[in-house]
Amino acid sequence: MDNLLSIVTFIPAVAAAILAIFLRGEDEAAQKNAKWVAMIATTLTFIVSLFILFDFDPSNTGFQFVEEREWLLGLKYKMGVDGISVLFVMLTTFMMPLTIAASWNVKSRVKEYMVAFLILETLMLGVFMALDLVLFYLFFEAGLIPMFLIIGIWGGAARIYASFKFFLYTFLGSVLMLVAMVAMFSDAGTTDIPSLLRHEFASDSFSLLGIHIVGGMQTLMFLAFFASFAVKMPMWPVHTWLPDAHVQAPTAGSVVLAAILLKMGGYGFLRFSLPMFPVGSEVLTPLVLWMSAIAIVYTSLVALAQEDMKKLIAYSSVAHMGYVTMGIFAANQQGLDGAIFQMLSHGFISGALFLCVGVIYDRMHTREIDAYGGLVNRMPAYALIFMFFTMANVGLPGTSGFIGEFLTLVGVFQVNTWVAAVATTGVILSAAYALWLYRRVVFGDLIKESLRTITDMTKRERAIFAPLVVMTLLLGVYPRLVTDITGPSVEALISNVETAQAVAQATSQVAVADH
Amino acid sequence: MQADLNVILPEIVISVYAMAALLFTAYTGKDKMAGMLVWLTAALFAVMALWIGASGGGTRTAFDGMFNDDGFARFAKVTILLSAGAVLVLGQDYMARRNILRFEYPLLVALATVGMMVMVSAGDLMALYMGLELQSLALYVVASLRRDSAKSTEAGLKYFVLGALSSGLLLYGASLTYGYAGTTLFSGIIAAADGQAPIGLLLGLVFVLAGLAFKISAVPFHMWTPDVYEGAPTPITAFFATAPKVAAMALVARVVHDAFGDVVGDWQQVLAVLSLLSMFLGGIAAIGQTDIKRLMAYSSIAHMGYALMGLAAGTVFGVQAMLIYMAIYVTMNVGTFAFILSMERDGQPVTDIRALNMYSKAQPGRALAMLILLFSLAGVPPLLGFFGKLYVLRAAYEGGLAWLAVAGVIASVIGAFYYLRIVFYMYFGEEGEGLETGRAPVQWAFLMVSAAVMLLGIVNMFGVETMAQAAAATLVN
Repeated sequence: MDNLLSIVTFIPAVAAAILAIFLRGEDEAAQKNAKWVAMIATTLTFIVSLFILFDFDPSNTGFQFVEEREWLLGLKYKMGVDGISVLFVMLTTFMMPLTIAASWNVKSRVKEYMVAFLILETLMLGVFMALDLVLFYLFFEAGLIPMFLIIGIWGGAARIYASFKFFLYTFLGSVLMLVAMVAMFSDAGTTDIPSLLRHEFASDSFSLLGIHIVGGMQTLMFLAFFASFAVKMPMWPVHTWLPDAHVQAPTAGSVVLAAILLKMGGYGFLRFSLPMFPVGSEVLTPLVLWMSAIAIVYTSLVALAQEDMKKLIAYSSVAHMGYVTMGIFAANQQGLDGAIFQMLSHGFISGALFLCVGVIYDRMHTREIDAYGGLVNRMPAYALIFMFFTMANVGLPGTSGFIGEFLTLVGVFQVNTWVAAVATTGVILSAAYALWLYRRVVFGDLIKESLRTITDMTKRERAIFAPLVVMTLLLGVYPRLVTDITGPSVEALISNVETAQAVAQATSQVAVADH
Repeated sequence: MQADLNVILPEIVISVYAMAALLFTAYTGKDKMAGMLVWLTAALFAVMALWIGASGGGTRTAFDGMFNDDGFARFAKVTILLSAGAVLVLGQDYMARRNILRFEYPLLVALATVGMMVMVSAGDLMALYMGLELQSLALYVVASLRRDSAKSTEAGLKYFVLGALSSGLLLYGASLTYGYAGTTLFSGIIAAADGQAPIGLLLGLVFVLAGLAFKISAVPFHMWTPDVYEGAPTPITAFFATAPKVAAMALVARVVHDAFGDVVGDWQQVLAVLSLLSMFLGGIAAIGQTDIKRLMAYSSIAHMGYALMGLAAGTVFGVQAMLIYMAIYVTMNVGTFAFILSMERDGQPVTDIRALNMYSKAQPGRALAMLILLFSLAGVPPLLGFFGKLYVLRAAYEGGLAWLAVAGVIASVIGAFYYLRIVFYMYFGEEGEGLETGRAPVQWAFLMVSAAVMLLGIVNMFGVETMAQAAAATLVN
């Protein structure tokens, strides 16, 4: 299986093409066919992707399953995974069948809906596997098109505004990265990611338009990449597109957005910013750490004030992503392991929370927190599931949420105690908003007339949550499942970064001594 | 003499064909034969493109260097001929049903095409001017082809007056250049400009560039574009947006490299500023447009800005990037105009983008093809339009114009907005009055092929990359 990665990546795209070309009509049968084709394709992708996981050798810190072909402009079509990316691939293939299952009640333009999601899956997988700079950019940016359509066509009342904001915001962030990529291409003469990881980009400070830039080119390139990944992540203060997009997107769109698309930003930091621009990272680490700390506290406070459930969870996502960026730029083993762990765990938990909102939204067609109350009387199973993921979101020990938050906090504590102290208050705040949300929606007496006939979760809905519960618990009690795979690659990454930073330090000291 | 004529044989064939067909039809079927003439002319273009494309490598010059037949010229000519042929065929049905398909139309287009072929081969300021005027005169006439429409005649007149002004600028520049270089031959000018050009020569260069900037509608010489695009019948607009743009852009490349190749620094700034202004104005001014033809006018202004960005780099790679950009641009525009030509309601052409409300429900296939073209025009990956941008960005960065590259990508975000707005109408809007778009299979075919090229071209660009590379290498030494 020389091209296992390409097969996994393009199964959904092929299914999408089949749907687009061969499926006609809008009747019941056609809709059913579209759903089943999508379901089978995503499940098949997941099954085939398991082969990647089984054959993956964690002790090898290089790229595995590498495939390479010549392409335009001296670029390459090159795919591969290492300890950092392989679990994101698995996260994607794992979540997609669940999102398709969660979309079973979509009524309008089912074929187009499924095509959009299948294309999106291909593009997301490509992001995590691409080993060529431009190929990465291609997948990274192309994902905007299906997501734009998903929000715009199947979204809520203010979907137009949200979809445009989503597209233009993220597009603006990314184009600067494109220029930086062109600069890297010119500088290193290649777009091959493994080669670029070994390439040392110039880090001599210089002045541009009267501004003294410490770290020189590396800092500029870091900033250009930062513009893209920080928006995607999203980090405070460029997170404002996310609540809009989440609120307006259909349930499955929110799930994909929270569980996978946000992770692209974090993955980008791990793959590009930190290892390729170690000096630039060092220069800007304080900024990123404080931005993360502010994000955690500020968005948690904002979450407390929300009236809309999805918006509340969206702000909670931003806060949780704050832990990720903090962990990454702590640049030590605990921080990085924790960041990856937190991203995976957040994928399951936030995905599940959006699905929880979807369950009651499907019944009542409102996301207003005030419209609910006392659901436990009519929906005991739902109350249990929602409780479980609320606790996981808070970071209760025993769930995966705890490990991620704890590791990143440990990591950042060694680097910057004050940031760690501020960020830790976020744990308390997250308990406050999450539990308060739970109390308002689930507990109390069922006094709302409209809720008297609400029904508990169907078998299909329970089946969707089951794998998520299992994963959240499993990672919560046995985190080595993740850290065993990521550990060696992370260790190699850190030692490379530290060496590069030490070398740059030594050179600059020599330069100072020469003066 | 014999050898000289051999070099310009393709031009002679088309000219003779145009004149013979003109005489023949004038005395026989007149407008009744117009439909047949359209197909015949398009077929001739295709054959000529094939001939020129297959005529092998090497550089030949004729008339003491006034006319060059090199790889660069051949690349440009093939692009011009194919796009001109495609646009002719595209508009035939549209014009026939509106009774404006006159037999002069295909023949004027043929003559304009000869002019363009001379332009891209010019090795002398006189040859340049001859080609340019032949092209322009034919275009002034076709712009006002719909004689009884005020808008169409207004478009023709506007185009003529401003075109004459630009010709004046160009001629003034040419005379200055001649005065300081003592020759109109590009090879002589480059010798006179050797390293340090006299100020008068530079002034001449600036005037020549200003004249040419009119033709590629680069800001600040773009004012005629939206009005002429809107006023002219849509098939003519489609023609304006494709072949003449390629010809004029290739001509700019020829002048700056063949005649002023030693003073790159002097024209680089001029082109960079034109590029910057075009990208931003094209992006910003299109935001408020609801007429799709005006919108495409601003879109083409912005695209010319990107092509100029490649050229401004002043390198071989820059020329290659420009050629690739133009080839992609032309393909996208043929597809987009195929769609615009098919937009109608009760037999009347519709150009308001609001008429596209929920078009994707009525015609999912066409809407999808248009969606692909629009995202490609916006330069969003993975479509071919993105690769065009990538080439010019890289050229600009390596040419030391990093600031222009940064400005270009920011302008592309602004530009993305108005393409998205069309997508918004097609996919997110509310159902309104229906739009008929299903009449001509030719338009459908061009739309689909163009969209497919945008999608499949990313695999290997159908070999255009290497052809453009070879072409650029013959121009820049």
